[in-house]
Amino acid sequence: MTKLLGWKEMKKAGLVEPASSLKVKTGVWKVEQPVVDHKKCTKCFKCVVYCPDLCIEEKEGKITPNYDYCKGCALCAKVCPVKAITMEKAGK
Amino acid sequence: MKKTAMTGAGAAAEAMRQINPDVAPVYPITPQTPIMETFAHFVADGKVETELIRVESEHSAMSVAVGASAAGARVMTATSANGLALMLEILPIASGLRLPIVMNVVNRALSAPINIHCDHSDSMACRDLGWVQIYSENNQEVYDNTILAVKLAEKTELPVMVMQDGFITSHCVEEVEILDDKTVKNFVGEYEPEVSLLKNKVTYGAMQLPDYNFETKRQEAEAIEKAKKIFIDVGKGLSKITGRRYSYFESYMLDDADYAIVVLNSSAGTAKAVVDKLRKNGKKVGLLKPILFRPFPYEEIKSALKGKAIAVLDRSESFGANPPLCAEIKNALSGLNNKIQSFVFGLGGRELLEKDIEKVFDDLAKNRFEDKIRYLGLRE
Repeated sequence: MTKLLGWKEMKKAGLVEPASSLKVKTGVWKVEQPVVDHKKCTKCFKCVVYCPDLCIEEKEGKITPNYDYCKGCALCAKVCPVKAITMEKAGK
Repeated sequence: MKKTAMTGAGAAAEAMRQINPDVAPVYPITPQTPIMETFAHFVADGKVETELIRVESEHSAMSVAVGASAAGARVMTATSANGLALMLEILPIASGLRLPIVMNVVNRALSAPINIHCDHSDSMACRDLGWVQIYSENNQEVYDNTILAVKLAEKTELPVMVMQDGFITSHCVEEVEILDDKTVKNFVGEYEPEVSLLKNKVTYGAMQLPDYNFETKRQEAEAIEKAKKIFIDVGKGLSKITGRRYSYFESYMLDDADYAIVVLNSSAGTAKAVVDKLRKNGKKVGLLKPILFRPFPYEEIKSALKGKAIAVLDRSESFGANPPLCAEIKNALSGLNNKIQSFVFGLGGRELLEKDIEKVFDDLAKNRFEDKIRYLGLRE
C-alpha cells in the first residue's frame, strides 16, 4: 500500500506531475480479489482483454492479476469460460 | 514622486498601469467600471503591455484569471457586488490552486433590492474563501495597497483582494501621491512563479479524494496564516519608498482612549474627524481601523483594544449572527471583560454622519450597552 503523505511533505495545491499514476496504488479499497486456478486456466486471455483497469498480465507463463490496481470488479471471473477465476476476500 | 488629484478608481487604475500586469480579464460593473475603463485606455494607448481580455461575465473573468495565472502570468482584475458574487464559484479555486491574482473590489451592496451604492456585503460574503483581504480608507491607501498586494500575493502564493468604498472612494477626487513608474516597476519586480503550466509539466486542478484533500486545505490555512508576517515585511519595503506605514490596522488616538470605535474603510475618515472634535473637548476617544481583515490579526487587536469600551460599526449584516467585523473583534477580545456594542450602519449607501458617530461615543460614555445589534441612521 502507498504511504500517504502528510501536509508538510506534499506539493502545494494538489498539483500533479506527469505519469504520477504509476506512483499511486489505486486498488487499496477493493473488497474481493480474483484468484486464478492455473490448473483450469487455458490462457485464452479473455480476462486480460476485459479487465477495465488493464491490470491482468501474463507473468512467468501465468495469468496474474495486479492487486495494486485491481478494484475487485469481478468482470474477469464473470467472463472466464472455464471458471478458473474465483473471487476471494481481498488482502490475503 | 508627484502629487496629483484623482479618484479612488483612478488611483487603482494608475497603480495597475505602473504594475503593468501580463493579463487583465475585464467585465464592467458599477462602481468598479471606471477602474477597468481607465485601464482599457492605457492598453489602447499602448502605455502598458497587458493583454486585456474582454469576457462575457465575471464568472468568466475570474476563470480567465485562474487560467492565465496558472500559465504563469501576473494577473489583475476588478469587480463589485453582484459581479463578485458571480465570481464566487471561482474564488476558492484561485486560492485553492494558490494563484496570486490581485483584484480591486469596489464595495457595493449585494442585490436584492438592487442598489449600486456602498456597503460591505459583497467582500464580507467572500471572507472565508482563502483570499487575503485588505481594506482601504482613501484614494492614497487604494493606490498603496494595490501595489503592496501584488508583492504580497506572489510571496504568499495566494490571491489578494483590495477593497475601497463604492462612490465614496471610487468616484471622489483626492490628492494622491504617485510614485515614479520605475520605482513601482522595481518594487514589484518580475513575476517568476516556482511552478507554472508554461514552464513545467504539471496538472492544475486534478481531483483529490478524501485521502488528500484535507491535507491540501491544511496547507492553505498555513499559507494564509504566514501571510500576516509577509504583509508586514512587504509593507516595510514599500514604506521605505513612500514614507507611509503599512500595519494590520491603524490606531488613531487609541493608546490612552477609554472609548474606541472600530470601523473599516472610508467611514474611518469620518470617525477621525469626530475623534479630533471630541478630543478638543477633553474626551478620551479613539479609533481602530482594521486594514488586513484576512488573515485577521487577533492577538495584535486584542492588545490594542484591551481595557476599552468598544463600539464595532459594521457596514454589512451577517443575517442571523454577529456582523462580520464585530464577530472578529469579539473573538479577539474573548477572555477579556471589554464592553462591546455592535452597530450596523450604511447599508445600501446610507450615509454615516459625524453626529451618528458622536452619538455612538456618547452611548459608550453613558454605559449604554445592549446584548443585541443596534442600527445607525435607520428609520424605525
